[in-house]
Amino acid sequence: MAECGRVDSNTSHAMDKSITLPPDEIFRNLENAKRFAIDIGGSLTKLAYYSTVQHKVAKVRSFDHTAKEAAGGKLYEISMQEEVTARLHFIKFENAYIETCLDFIKDHLVNTETKVIKATGGGAHKFKELIERKLGLKVDKEDEMTCLIKGCNFVLKNIPHEAFVYAKHADSEFRFQTTNPDIFPYLLVNIGSGVSIVKVESEDKFERIGGSSIGGGTFWGLGALLTKTKRFDELLQLASKGQHASVDMLVKDIYGGSYGYLGLTGDLIASSFGKSATADKDFSKEDMAKSLLHMISNDIGQLACLYAKLHNLSRVYFGGFFIRGHPVTMHTITYSINFFTKGEVQALFLRHEGYLGTIGAFLKGAEEDNPNQYSWGENYAGSSGLMSVSPDMNPMQRARSGTFDMLEMDRLERQLVNLPLLQDPSSYIPDTVDLTEDALAREYWLYCFEEALDGVVKRAVASQPDMPEAALRAEKFRQKYRHKLQTLRQQPFAYGSLTVRSLLDTREHCLNEFNFPDPYSKIKQRENDIALKYYQKAVKSLDELSWEEKQFALVRGVLAGNVFDWGAKAVSEPAFMPLGGQTDFCIFFFIPLSERPWLVDSYDQWLERLKGPPHKCALFFVDNSGVDIILGVMPFVRELLSRGTEVVLASNSGPALNDVTNGELQILTERIAAMDPVIEAGLREDRLLLVQSGSSSPCLDLSRLDKVLAMVVRERQTDLVIIEGMGRAIHTNYYAMLSCESLKMAVIKNSWLADRLGGKLFSVVFKYEVPAGKPNKDCGAFSPS
Amino acid sequence: MDKAKSMVDKKGASGPFHVNNGQSQKVFHSHVMVATNGSCCSSSSNAFGSSTVPSGSGTFENMHHLHRGDDAECNGSPAKRCRLRRRTESVRKHRPPFPWFGMDIGGTLVKLVYFEPVDITAEEEQEEVENLKSIRRYLTSNVAYGKTGVRDVHLELRNLTMCGRTGNLHFIRFPTQAMPRFIQMGRDKNFSSLHTTLCATGGGAYKFENEFRMMADLELLKLDELDCLIRGLLFVDRVSFNGHPECYYFQNPSDTQSCVKKPCTLDNPFPMLLVNIGSGVSILAVYSENNYKRVTGTSLGGGTFLGLCCLLTGCETFEEALEMASKGDSTNVDKLVKDIYGGDYERFGLQGSAVASSFGHMMSKEKRDSISKEDLARATLVTITNNIGSIARMCAVNEKIERVVFVGNFLRINTVSTKLLAYAMDYWSKGQLRALFLEHEGYFGAVGALMELLKTTEDP
Repeated sequence: MAECGRVDSNTSHAMDKSITLPPDEIFRNLENAKRFAIDIGGSLTKLAYYSTVQHKVAKVRSFDHTAKEAAGGKLYEISMQEEVTARLHFIKFENAYIETCLDFIKDHLVNTETKVIKATGGGAHKFKELIERKLGLKVDKEDEMTCLIKGCNFVLKNIPHEAFVYAKHADSEFRFQTTNPDIFPYLLVNIGSGVSIVKVESEDKFERIGGSSIGGGTFWGLGALLTKTKRFDELLQLASKGQHASVDMLVKDIYGGSYGYLGLTGDLIASSFGKSATADKDFSKEDMAKSLLHMISNDIGQLACLYAKLHNLSRVYFGGFFIRGHPVTMHTITYSINFFTKGEVQALFLRHEGYLGTIGAFLKGAEEDNPNQYSWGENYAGSSGLMSVSPDMNPMQRARSGTFDMLEMDRLERQLVNLPLLQDPSSYIPDTVDLTEDALAREYWLYCFEEALDGVVKRAVASQPDMPEAALRAEKFRQKYRHKLQTLRQQPFAYGSLTVRSLLDTREHCLNEFNFPDPYSKIKQRENDIALKYYQKAVKSLDELSWEEKQFALVRGVLAGNVFDWGAKAVSEPAFMPLGGQTDFCIFFFIPLSERPWLVDSYDQWLERLKGPPHKCALFFVDNSGVDIILGVMPFVRELLSRGTEVVLASNSGPALNDVTNGELQILTERIAAMDPVIEAGLREDRLLLVQSGSSSPCLDLSRLDKVLAMVVRERQTDLVIIEGMGRAIHTNYYAMLSCESLKMAVIKNSWLADRLGGKLFSVVFKYEVPAGKPNKDCGAFSPS
Repeated sequence: MDKAKSMVDKKGASGPFHVNNGQSQKVFHSHVMVATNGSCCSSSSNAFGSSTVPSGSGTFENMHHLHRGDDAECNGSPAKRCRLRRRTESVRKHRPPFPWFGMDIGGTLVKLVYFEPVDITAEEEQEEVENLKSIRRYLTSNVAYGKTGVRDVHLELRNLTMCGRTGNLHFIRFPTQAMPRFIQMGRDKNFSSLHTTLCATGGGAYKFENEFRMMADLELLKLDELDCLIRGLLFVDRVSFNGHPECYYFQNPSDTQSCVKKPCTLDNPFPMLLVNIGSGVSILAVYSENNYKRVTGTSLGGGTFLGLCCLLTGCETFEEALEMASKGDSTNVDKLVKDIYGGDYERFGLQGSAVASSFGHMMSKEKRDSISKEDLARATLVTITNNIGSIARMCAVNEKIERVVFVGNFLRINTVSTKLLAYAMDYWSKGQLRALFLEHEGYFGAVGALMELLKTTEDP
């Protein structure tokens, strides 16, 4: 049954208003809100709305070529523009606040032309009148299960690390699953007051294949009768303290030991409540609650397994108020599934399980906007993340998170898809180290990001010298990001697996939140300017080398260029300042790169390969602006073009640190083309393409790339992928397996990481890989479809 | 387990028999059987031959009784010599000595079947030792034993021929809690002097083994409960219930008005899904007498019903709980589909009268204050029964078996559950599955244990 446990109308505790709700922090962007949806469950209300967010973006525009000298020698101008993007807001609060919240929304709702509010959930009926009266919107009820499935599809598709396996006794309780682009078919077991088991086959096709009346309502109802405890959470608390063996009849109670013949261990429950069939004994509330929890969890787990087996499904997601982030129930369900399937089926839980209904109801109402045509991304700055640690450890945390919780999702400008060249998209994990599981690494990086915060704030302020309030905003940014770091220290799993990438992305989201879209814009501009001046000189000196010397110099050039990285701590230290300053850039060729053999060194194989036929097409994921792109990457690209290889340069869609953006790269390439006939011919003949990656991160997730890029990769029959830089080739993708040749190049600019990898600061990674058993042909298999 | 092994080791070291593998175990076993009987008749070597299950620990442990090589037999007081002769005769006729018992010691109840021979000759009568006679008289002339022992007279199988003897098979049950007293009685009656083999199955055969040995000087022949269950069931079905079919089903299960119990035969019983509802539940897929597998089980069984009922209503016995349940109304306790959706939930084809959440109304304090104990008992019964039905149905579909046979003492005097199960099988499978029931509900394990005793002569 879908109904999410309607609470007794007189649970007076719920009206406790001692915790005040700060509505203006929660209901953000209400001014532009349109399209509301609401899901009212037994104790929690979830509200959804769509809003537009106006924020600043940094744009670059090339100066008119003839006016170039007049602009003080600068290549291009940077301007801040206002841009409007779409954002989804989801807010969860206790039913007790519903009136306060509706009042607040009413007061702040100015621009909306909305007439209806989509509603779902067991409580929608009860509050219908209140909502209609307060908001003046017509309540339009949507089928609960349809909403639930729609919401589930949406989060599974759009939120990486949405699903996780729960392991109570493991180092990290949450093991996040990689997003498989192919989410169907799956089984959703929704445990509300009853249980519904739904098989989902596609976006629109799902079927309730079974269910059970023994669910959350049974735990709550029977638990209340047995223990005289009214609240669901209190019952769970009791259960977590009890010993079920005093109430349950175990196999060993019947056999005196195990029933070895059938492989049933002695501790197995033979009969739930089997020992309580006696008048002359009292049982503790805790023990009875525990026994009840086991009984219900096991029963649901067993049914889920039977249905999964019958329909041949291995992905089983659990949701509903019985689960809703409660570690106790996640543990007992997981245990039961493991027992009944002997590990063949894993119990999966969802980070945003509580929002599924409201997301689905919202999507139902927004069908005309085709939200499913877009890709959406979780905004780390505006989302509370997963809060549940075990309640015993941190009861306060839990209480607070129960008060309100937010999820914000940004509509991405482009649809994101897999890189078609991933060897196995379903097992691809972008991140090299999972900080959720590696406590030492976690400590280090959290410390690192905290240390770097002052510098980031300074640079953010400096990037907007004309804006006096920038300092105040920067300060707010500092508080927000520091708070995020503190949260992550407590709950590393809050946004899925914690990684260097997620830490970087969170910082970018927070900067954007406070209108610092591109703190490095000016630095990038200056670096680009200077580097361009040395381009011809660099190319000339390379051309003077013998073929073999030249190949090495090109590789060395990319690596040396990559050392110039304002994002890396070691490089931004004073000792390195001259390099990034006005010094003669010839020093770039004398950068103290470590001698070969490098830490990872397959240069010889690469050289051998170069002696063979040219590649059909190379996809190059570029990194930093300035020296890196202009003096390192471009000469390398030039050589590839000369060999007859087409080149696709993939750069970030939006700014991140000093990484070169697609906008900047367009201008730079034009300027280089003006100086270099090879590049010029490449552009003219359409053999050199500049494509956005779809990302605004210093790292790279090859499973979330711009659809256009994926198309180009297929059309051009790309047979070489080059990934450059620490963020893209070390923090992420170090272990990525591609179905064509790949080259990963980076200089390790962090001594801790270098140490971890067994090298020293500025160790070089040069990783050339050819997929096993597949020479150069395999890319041809990817015909455009 | 270790103990059992060490015994075998000891035996292997000192005696002429060595245990190498399953095959030799059987040989080993049958030899000692014979030895126990004080005879050298080796024709009965098929002692354990028919068990499908590879001889594991159970078989090992079964050997405990063997080594009671009865030295006393060879000294000869007249009475003993007499007994020896009788037994020798018995063995000559491939027949174990009386008394014939089969016992199934479950988590809650002990089920005992006793074969009362009615073809006793005058000579036999004369030779019959006193305590054997008194056991027979005690068991057959009473219908209740102590405070808690009961003989289900209505189940008695009359004029049954077993092992060439004619007699009545009596069905007796008592709570497992009374097991110590029962063992005590065995000692008081000097049961061990009868030198019968006490065949026992169920978990208690293992749990109480030591007490039998220590207190009553009795060695149990421990048998696997599922083997016994199937063997016993097929036997009772074969011999029929005093000329009537053992098996029945409900006609028109979905209509309470015209739903009637109809006898039927299990002529071609395989494959069948066998659902044994005792304290807990075991579900077996049975393909032949010797070929079966345990598909799954659930801990929500008869013990759960009674346990929860005791906690919720303060009742003390199964009978009391069922009595209350028969008067209650579960819809005061359970939340139905119509309580949530106002009617049917058409999107999913759920009837308004279907239970959406067992005990779902009990989330509300007002409702908790307004229901009766009878309602609670009924809701508990319906919840447990529906859940068993649901799991059984899923197993039947997964195993592709259409015949679902429900047994076990949970179904005793429990027409609420039998009808509900019949309805659930029929309704949810759209008539594909049929629920079958057996009159001797919970006694098949005990019958199977008795047959093990008689096995040597079953198929000469």
